[in-house]
Amino acid sequence: MAQEEHSGKTLTVEVWRGREDGFFQTYTVPHQEKQTILDVVSYIQRRIDATLSYRFACRIGMCGSCAMMVNGAPRWTCRTHADKVLKDGKLRLAPLRNMPVIKDLAADMTVFFDKWQAAGGKFVPSQPGSQEFANVPPESKERKLASAGIECIGCGVCYAACDVVNWNPDYLGPAQLNRAWTLVNDIRDADRKGHLAAVAVDAGCHACHSHQNCTTYCPKSLNPTASIGGLKRATLAAALKGEI
Amino acid sequence: MTGRLELWLYIAQRLSAMVLAPLVLGHLITMVYAIRGGLSAAEILGRTQGSIFWMVFYGLFVIAAAVHGSIGLRVIVREMTAWRGRSLNAAAVAFCLLVLVLGFRAVGAVT
Repeated sequence: MAQEEHSGKTLTVEVWRGREDGFFQTYTVPHQEKQTILDVVSYIQRRIDATLSYRFACRIGMCGSCAMMVNGAPRWTCRTHADKVLKDGKLRLAPLRNMPVIKDLAADMTVFFDKWQAAGGKFVPSQPGSQEFANVPPESKERKLASAGIECIGCGVCYAACDVVNWNPDYLGPAQLNRAWTLVNDIRDADRKGHLAAVAVDAGCHACHSHQNCTTYCPKSLNPTASIGGLKRATLAAALKGEI
Repeated sequence: MTGRLELWLYIAQRLSAMVLAPLVLGHLITMVYAIRGGLSAAEILGRTQGSIFWMVFYGLFVIAAAVHGSIGLRVIVREMTAWRGRSLNAAAVAFCLLVLVLGFRAVGAVT
């Protein structure tokens, strides 16, 4: 590649290899202007070690599949410039925290999506089969609350950042509860009580300590902590009314 | 009910915190005020003995602290250890009762 010839600098990149009982392997990668972490990983996989496993698809921050731990913080590798996160010229790359490792940098997100279902993340249509457009007033409180959380693409960054998940593996997780909160505020959804009941469980929304790691690291700048706070209030009201 | 245990504990935790907050402030302010002229058992007892106000004040304090502390400790144990289930709940209730007994013993002794 022509760009490589322009820079003599190199990056020292420690990359997790193997499964849970793996190790960090060190690679030297040519430094380039504006190279992303995904560029670095791809360089290693294509030029140095073809056995390296990692996950990506869109490369432009749409699909949410390339997240991993970069120098200890969960990030989208495709939208993270290496220069911005280097520590002493070094990068340390590991699979997403709080999930089992499949191999190298690929984490197993099965539990993440199982919890999505467990938290009642499925839309329940109030008018199944209807051919009409639902009329949702854009200025209504519910629409605004739903809109605030609806851009989640399920990348797992918040889940990896969450200390409560780390301490209590049963905890439903910030992305999952954020999703539930958007459905609680979706006036087209027929099962508000069901959604509230699904999160008011052992290790549900009340286990959240509002540390706000999810909010700090969310690449979409969403605020799952606020969504979970909304669920805490909504479940409280529902419980006092005897609805759940 | 068991499915909603965490929700009710959450509510109890918040309510007890609301009760505790002004009581802790009242306790601290009174302490700072009371020890300006030196601290003695006689001085404390002179203020508290026979006082319905201080009996209610510290009685509420004991109840709120017992509820709040036992729920909080249970949460910490669940996050930091693998201990779960009935034995943990029983231990939390036992801790709550212990605080209640010790607390009311103290309240009874000074009022």
